[in-house]
Amino acid sequence: MFNITLNKILPNPILSLILWIIWLLLNNTVAAGHIVLGLIFAILIPMWTASFRPENVRVKAPLTLFKYFGIVLWDIVIANLMVAKLIMGRNDKLMPAFFRIELDIQTPLGISFLANTISLTPGTVSCDLTKDRRYLLVHALHAEDSSEIIKQIKQRYETPLIKVFASC
Amino acid sequence: MLDWILAGLVLLGAVFTLIGSIGLYKLPDFYMRLHGPTKATTLGVGSILMASVLYFSFTTESVSLHEILVTLFLFITAPVSAHLMAKSALHIKIRQVEHTQSDQE
Amino acid sequence: MLETIMPFAFALLAFSVLLGFIRLVKGPSLPDRILALDTLYINAIALVVLLGMHLDTTLYFEAALIIAVMGFVGTIALSKYLLRGDIME
Repeated sequence: MFNITLNKILPNPILSLILWIIWLLLNNTVAAGHIVLGLIFAILIPMWTASFRPENVRVKAPLTLFKYFGIVLWDIVIANLMVAKLIMGRNDKLMPAFFRIELDIQTPLGISFLANTISLTPGTVSCDLTKDRRYLLVHALHAEDSSEIIKQIKQRYETPLIKVFASC
Repeated sequence: MLDWILAGLVLLGAVFTLIGSIGLYKLPDFYMRLHGPTKATTLGVGSILMASVLYFSFTTESVSLHEILVTLFLFITAPVSAHLMAKSALHIKIRQVEHTQSDQE
Repeated sequence: MLETIMPFAFALLAFSVLLGFIRLVKGPSLPDRILALDTLYINAIALVVLLGMHLDTTLYFEAALIIAVMGFVGTIALSKYLLRGDIME
């Protein structure tokens, strides 16, 4: 009985928590009034906007997700140094390439996570997704061997993401 | 000590932002130009915002974390806008430089 | 140290705004101009935050946030326009 009401009030506890934290950050305070007001918003907004989110997302392995964020954050720093070096080098030495990645990951959220990660990390930008969600078109700034990059992306980013968003 | 860290962060941020813009200016085709702003500029602004967090946290003696929101927002939106721009460029068939490798055939 | 660095940082950022502006004028294609605008608004955020540190006030934070949100929406709207010839569906 209690469980059912809790589910109705808090359909997405993670979303509510994030909204609450964002409210406190926006006001840059931890005053009691704002904590209560933020809590009210954090409960009401997910309820009102529930119809925008047709699929309910469940995170299977939160620890893997945090480890993934760590890896990505580190890679962003490395990627920036690499891209900076490439930009300051000579133009005609660059070997840009388009290539497709065959996706093993199927959930929409997982694919968008993967595409965003690819855009933020070493010399690659995700450009397009085929309609059947099987191939991701990627552009690389400097690719000596595109199959090597594909292998690295699949092993470094896709494998943990498949584990995190197993079956939503 | 704090002063030096702040100066380093601000300088690093400014240099990275400049490198991103240089990439925008000098690379030969649109798809390559896309790389400069989406990466270098994001990290550049990120480190300037980090410097701002440190500065206001230590000078006003109350923790000031709301710049983190801007950083977070930029890190979430930069790849999305890059993806959409690349998609629209592909849609209206912008040329790429001739030696671009491709497995499209 | 920070006070000595600040003018240099402003100069570097102003130069990157200039480069973005040149790309905005030169084009040659529409996505290039959208990208230039995108870069310009990110540079503007950096400038505004730096100005806030320089003048020692947190007032400019809201401006930076608004620029971030509006710039993102603007980029998305322009790209969508190129993609479909229409912004709303």
